[in-house]
Amino acid sequence: MILGLESWVLARPEIFLAAATGLLLIYGVVRGEVATPFVSVMTSVVLLATAVLLFMPYREGTAFASLFIVDRLTTTMKALVLVGSAIAILMSRAYFEQVKAWRFEYPLLVALATLGMMLMISANDLMSLYVGLELQSLALYVIAAFQRDSVRSTEAGVKYFVLGSVASGMLLFGASLIYGFCGGTAFVQISRALLDGRGAEIGTTIGLVFVVAGLAFKVSAVPFHMWTPDVYEGAPTPVTALFAVAPKIAAMSLLVSVLMGPFKPLFGQWQQIIVVASVLSMALGAFAALRQQNIKRLMAYSSIGNVGYVLLGLASGSEKGIEAVVFYLAIYLVMTLGVFATILMMKRRDVMLENISDLAGLARSQPMMAFAMLIFMFSLAGIPPLAGFWGKLYIFIAAVEAKLYIPAVLGVLASVVASYYYLRIVKVMYFDEPAEEIDRPVFGINRAVALVAAFLVAVFSLLPQPLSLIAAAAAKGLFS
Amino acid sequence: MTIGLGHYLAVASVLFTLGILGIFLNRKNVIVILMCVELMLLAVNINLVAFSVFQGNVVGQIFAMLVLTVAAAEAAIGLAILVVYFRNRGTIAVEDINAMKG
Repeated sequence: MILGLESWVLARPEIFLAAATGLLLIYGVVRGEVATPFVSVMTSVVLLATAVLLFMPYREGTAFASLFIVDRLTTTMKALVLVGSAIAILMSRAYFEQVKAWRFEYPLLVALATLGMMLMISANDLMSLYVGLELQSLALYVIAAFQRDSVRSTEAGVKYFVLGSVASGMLLFGASLIYGFCGGTAFVQISRALLDGRGAEIGTTIGLVFVVAGLAFKVSAVPFHMWTPDVYEGAPTPVTALFAVAPKIAAMSLLVSVLMGPFKPLFGQWQQIIVVASVLSMALGAFAALRQQNIKRLMAYSSIGNVGYVLLGLASGSEKGIEAVVFYLAIYLVMTLGVFATILMMKRRDVMLENISDLAGLARSQPMMAFAMLIFMFSLAGIPPLAGFWGKLYIFIAAVEAKLYIPAVLGVLASVVASYYYLRIVKVMYFDEPAEEIDRPVFGINRAVALVAAFLVAVFSLLPQPLSLIAAAAAKGLFS
Repeated sequence: MTIGLGHYLAVASVLFTLGILGIFLNRKNVIVILMCVELMLLAVNINLVAFSVFQGNVVGQIFAMLVLTVAAAEAAIGLAILVVYFRNRGTIAVEDINAMKG
């Protein structure tokens, strides 16, 4: 039944998040600017509560006439996204107070974007896919331009909006072709049409290419990455931290569930596209980052490179590949949040710093901060036995088992090149003469996030098994 | 001559291509880009409605309604971001959007 109780029970985390966001919005509008600290903390609490609600009690199935699906993979991905968004909100206060853009709309927009991400992760129909994606994107366009008196932030908003709308348009054009040639928008209908051979026409393939192009834009895979460095550099730093984790995980999850779900029968055709995008992303992420001076821009290229590794896991198309994707994304979330928490602590005479050279001498003035950054950088570079190494290892094992030998070798080479710029940051922190000392960080949350993230990276390094068991269970959900 | 599905699809593809070309060839004004995005979405709507009529199921028309709604929201947000940008820079010419280069 469309309106059966079961549907509402399955969607209760989303319904709770939507209702709570609405209530907080009313509260913020009534109370005005004084409500900001309360709304901000409450939004983080609501996001974390939503994450708890995913598991208590855990239910799976399809809802709303199979527009919406809940299984282990979607639940795991939603948990990652919710934790990423909640922490990104907590980290934002000091920065926005500094630039006098500390308004209660920011956490609420993040919550709405997160709701969109949850809907797209759970999409089981081209229509719910599109609506979820747009709910996410529209909120993110506004967040990118949130520091509205800054030229760079608003410019990031304009660029993100224009290129994002083009990507949505392409995705939609592909969706219309798939609907036309498969006779339906539900994923089950598409998959049935492809298995019957009814939908296996050139029209469906063209539609699939458009859809993959649209989604590749959202995960910023080469050749659809051109917006990433500019948007990451221009957007306020806490927003960049959010962009680097939550939307990326959500879009990657959507890409996995679309390609491994209804389009599994066309594996031979989409595998080539994904392999090419993956190799190009790894290469560009490694080489273009070498000459960057701005650390946010560097992290943009780093995220493009990381997306390349994740896509390689997807391209292997096996259960092991998907397991590696989930594992890698979880570790990527922790490392990236840690790096951005450290970047947000960098201030000199109350001015936020963004250049790599500003990190000089950090090891002497802030040994804890420098050590946390060292762990993140070694982990991102994939130096054993740190967590990032395990992530890459699982990806490469899955790729080799799927006989993707050349992409796997190219991936290892790209990761060697990439380790140059990660290690350069360590060198600047530990061996360069400081120009002037960095302010002592005053606000506690960013320091706490950085230390917890460093601790988690250390735990995952020594004990990767629990996380890989969770990833394996999630991947199994897709294949059962 | 009867007008078949192919004709509708051809019109939609031409409109869609015009939209994409307009975005990448236009060097003047960001408002024109917004119009091109609308053009792309309308091309998609023609596709959806044509498929819906020729297949005899209503899903495409429902999808078209959703697209129309989202397109309106998207235009509103795009114009709002442009207004904010114009306040900072005093221009919305495409070639002036260049504060960041890498």
